[in-house]
Amino acid sequence: MSCWETIADYALRSQGIGERLLPRSDFTLCQQFTLIGSGMIWNIYFGLVALVAGFFLATAVAMGKAARSPFLRKPAEWFIFVFRGSPLFIQFFFAYFLFLSLKGSYPIFSPLTSAWAGALVVLFLNTAAYTGEIFYGALQSIPKGDTEAADAYGLSGWNRFRRVIFPTMLRLAWPGYTNEAIFLFHATTLVFFSGFPATQQRGDALYYANYFADKTFNPFIPYPILAFYFILLTLVVIGVFGIINARLNRHLPQDRRRALKVRPQIIR
Amino acid sequence: MSCYLTTGKHMSMYYAVGTVLLLLAITAPTALAFGFAGASAARSDFAPLRWIGKTYVAVVRGIPDIAFFLFFVIALDQAFEYIRHRIKCPDWTEPVRQGNDFVVCTAAKLPLGNSPQWVHETYGFMLAVLTFAIVFGAFAANVLFGAMRAVPRGQLETAEAYGMSRRQTFWRVLVPQMWVYALPGLSNLWMVLIKATPLLFLLGVEDIVYWARELGGAKQPQFTDYPHGDWRMWYFLALLVFYLCFTKVSEVVLDRIMAKLTHGQATAAGEAQRKAAA
Repeated sequence: MSCWETIADYALRSQGIGERLLPRSDFTLCQQFTLIGSGMIWNIYFGLVALVAGFFLATAVAMGKAARSPFLRKPAEWFIFVFRGSPLFIQFFFAYFLFLSLKGSYPIFSPLTSAWAGALVVLFLNTAAYTGEIFYGALQSIPKGDTEAADAYGLSGWNRFRRVIFPTMLRLAWPGYTNEAIFLFHATTLVFFSGFPATQQRGDALYYANYFADKTFNPFIPYPILAFYFILLTLVVIGVFGIINARLNRHLPQDRRRALKVRPQIIR
Repeated sequence: MSCYLTTGKHMSMYYAVGTVLLLLAITAPTALAFGFAGASAARSDFAPLRWIGKTYVAVVRGIPDIAFFLFFVIALDQAFEYIRHRIKCPDWTEPVRQGNDFVVCTAAKLPLGNSPQWVHETYGFMLAVLTFAIVFGAFAANVLFGAMRAVPRGQLETAEAYGMSRRQTFWRVLVPQMWVYALPGLSNLWMVLIKATPLLFLLGVEDIVYWARELGGAKQPQFTDYPHGDWRMWYFLALLVFYLCFTKVSEVVLDRIMAKLTHGQATAAGEAQRKAAA
């Protein structure tokens, strides 16, 4: 079987399209590359959707934590503490079984017991909490002069937030937020190891890498392939965030623009 | 209820909590040692050593660590068995990798096939500890490397002016002073380490996640020993609360240590402390 046929058969295997049976013996390098790459679709899907959706909740949470009223501040603080203080792995397990028992009483919740929705909800809340903390830190370090200038111009309420506070917060938080994004993509690999079932063996990249390592007793091929894909993904994320960073800082003089420093990694 | 909570399997679960604590207790110093070695290597004058140190730090970051956990457990196991294989069975001619199998002679098997159950469990646990130490050592190396560079240059120059050798400068001036710069990073790492302990489950150790699944579940209701339905949700809720308390306590303790270490240091926090006291 040529490599092109393998790609045709397995490139979309993680979505349930193509060959039904996974390869069982005589694993070729091409099969491993294709299947693990196919699994990356899930990692990108989880990471991207959670990141985009989490961004908005994170902004709200950060504003809540910075609010003066305890009715807004306390819930935001607790939300951040619960999701940052406990392992994501346990959160996945707990959410899965919570959704299972909810499904028992209310059938509406049945999509949540499958990975595409249930795990996404957990990742969304989790990244919102981590990002919320980063944004909160940025809010705290907005230069006093900026807000005073806004007051002097007679800006208040929504206009003050939209034109002064939000852009400054984003600019300050951006390096930290880049790390968080990389971090989130890495965290997506936990999904299929934490209760959420991979129906018909439609799993993510790590699921397939683990499959090959189990079948061949040789971790030295599938895991480096996985690493290769993830380094590629990390580079893409850094690139995209770097472009946005340049745009956020475009009004600053050249020498005061901060280059993006990336210090990724570390589990949650 | 109290009877339910003290069944044999529940005892195993409490025992598993001990396993997690033991893992933390062993891993933290080991990882710190790995990290110290890595950081010292990365700033060595001898180029190959420096490359090794830097590669160690660079490789482990940037790849999902769970992949490392899955990788190292098999890789280390095979490496140990291969080394024993070369020593114990020198006249073995067949290749070790036969297609999809990894074959070593029976004498080289780790642990030996006829050893008791607890040896198997301990061996699995040791592999897990080593894996954790390697991965977290890289993070710690990164933190310590940064901390070593954060020690004011003037301190080292003073040491040289007193005629200390490089080794003396390193041990007597650099190392005692770097901790205050390293502590924020290290305490962050400790939090991460706590939160990484449930990954033990993936390494095949019977830890609290395993027992929570086992005890809460009612796979075959007619055979189950426990007169309840699917309680796994509550077991995981308990675990969640356990971890939350654990991180909270660590946070408080680490804050105290930081306040202690900052005392009398020439940093912004140390200055603030001095002013507050005055």
